[in-house]
Amino acid sequence: MLAKTGIPTPDDLSSKLPSEERLQQGPVAIVECFTPIPCDPCYHSCPFKAFQVFQDINDLPVLDFTKCTGCGACIAHCPGLAIFVVDYTYQPDRGLIKIPYEFLPLPVAGTEVITLNRSGEEIGQGSVVRVQNPLSFDKTAVVWVAVPLTEVMAVRHIKVGVGPDER
Amino acid sequence: MVLYTDLLVVGGGPAGMAAVLQAADSGLSVILLERYDQLGGQLVKQTHRFFGSKDEQAGTRGNVIARAMEEELEQLDNVTVLLEATALGYYEDNILLVSAQHSLKKIKAERIIVATGAAEKMLTFPNNDLPGIYGAGAVQTLMNLDGVVPGRRVVMVGAGNIGLIVSYQLLQAGVEVVAVVEAARQIGGYLVHAAKISRTGVPIYTGQTIKRAYGNGEVEGVELWQLDHNWQGIPGSERSLAVDTICLAVGLRPLTDILVQAGCQMAYVPQLGGDVPLRDDNLKTSNHRFYVAGDAAGVEEATAAILEGELAGLSAILELGAKEGQSLEVKKRTVKKKLDKLRKGPVGEKIRAGLLKVRRDGNAGKDRYSHTG
Repeated sequence: MLAKTGIPTPDDLSSKLPSEERLQQGPVAIVECFTPIPCDPCYHSCPFKAFQVFQDINDLPVLDFTKCTGCGACIAHCPGLAIFVVDYTYQPDRGLIKIPYEFLPLPVAGTEVITLNRSGEEIGQGSVVRVQNPLSFDKTAVVWVAVPLTEVMAVRHIKVGVGPDER
Repeated sequence: MVLYTDLLVVGGGPAGMAAVLQAADSGLSVILLERYDQLGGQLVKQTHRFFGSKDEQAGTRGNVIARAMEEELEQLDNVTVLLEATALGYYEDNILLVSAQHSLKKIKAERIIVATGAAEKMLTFPNNDLPGIYGAGAVQTLMNLDGVVPGRRVVMVGAGNIGLIVSYQLLQAGVEVVAVVEAARQIGGYLVHAAKISRTGVPIYTGQTIKRAYGNGEVEGVELWQLDHNWQGIPGSERSLAVDTICLAVGLRPLTDILVQAGCQMAYVPQLGGDVPLRDDNLKTSNHRFYVAGDAAGVEEATAAILEGELAGLSAILELGAKEGQSLEVKKRTVKKKLDKLRKGPVGEKIRAGLLKVRRDGNAGKDRYSHTG
């Protein structure tokens, strides 16, 4: 249970996901934000006004998946690091996930990383496609990771290289 | 020698700085006291992005907010900032005694805003005096200000926002967080913070607490046990974790000693963290010279502290007859509305319940003890 473990379950996630049809149309943001907290930077960060207007600062964000282009502008602006972009159309056998990442060292494009699910369990490996880290992201990098299609909804974190002791 | 000033603000954290910034064009003299050697209070250690609305700099990191406020403050020539300055006591004749960079100063002010923040609460368990046991705020100071990690393997006690955020910062510093332990049945902090550490593999154990720490001269491990519904440990449920550091994030207590000395009416309000002064809707206490703002008024978060600082600052300088009073009144109403909005949601429920018990107007006085210093 989410409130006990901090790990969202499929039930928690079901209301946050776009339709299968939308997923097959290209990149789209998934907002894994579950408690109404006073926070609205996602709304302001979206160049396509895809987030519903907040009637109250404590509202949960509601994303209009038909307006979302999956550009990922919201990812680095979410203080909860709770927004991911998934793209099932990246390659025939691989999807792409854009993940907010605030650990050093940053991964390097072209390298492999270990992929982790929401509980921190290792799932497999992913290929780093791109690392966005412009000044405007203010130190929250966005890492594009290609993973097998079946793992796109599971992978939410990556592990780069070796542990801190060997670094 | 006595220093005279129109407005004295005690505490250079988010609330105190926000209060002082309101006096920008007031023509009033202002002194700001800060105990540490730099302004910013807890903000300077807060390397995570803030929640809140765009107006309150949501999405900006705490340390960046602190720097911006400090730069704005430096532009004000009616403000004197005293660093390494500790308020020692409030005396008759409205004198505040201050130790400022190892010299004693007496300051007399028309209005005083107390924005002293809060102190960390301690947890009682056997061996809680072993080296290697820290408050979460101390760990943040060590890591984020001094660049020193507290240890290699940490157990965090408390899954409120501070426990979750500091766990994340420990991970960022390359420290292993073995577990986060929370006595309550549910995670108290924002679930997005919990999810951030869960996906790195850190388990969060609810309904458990520390039974004891152990180690020869320093922390070598901790024994946890499960709690029953009466918060009592369940014998037989113990298990040990080998750790070299225990980090306690079990809540904060408002620092209100000056207000007690000044005879302000106080009330014990658990929802606000402990003893807090009664106040009116402008944050004025029962002593007409004293205002309170930020965590000293009730433990909340920095966005609320900034807004409370603005409210107390505006109210005080309006009383002192600042120029452009009318526009300040408008500003004050806006700040009050923002505070209401911020506290409106479910996470503000506890604060709202607490604030009902500290109103000087209305029904304060029920279900509480109070004393008059």
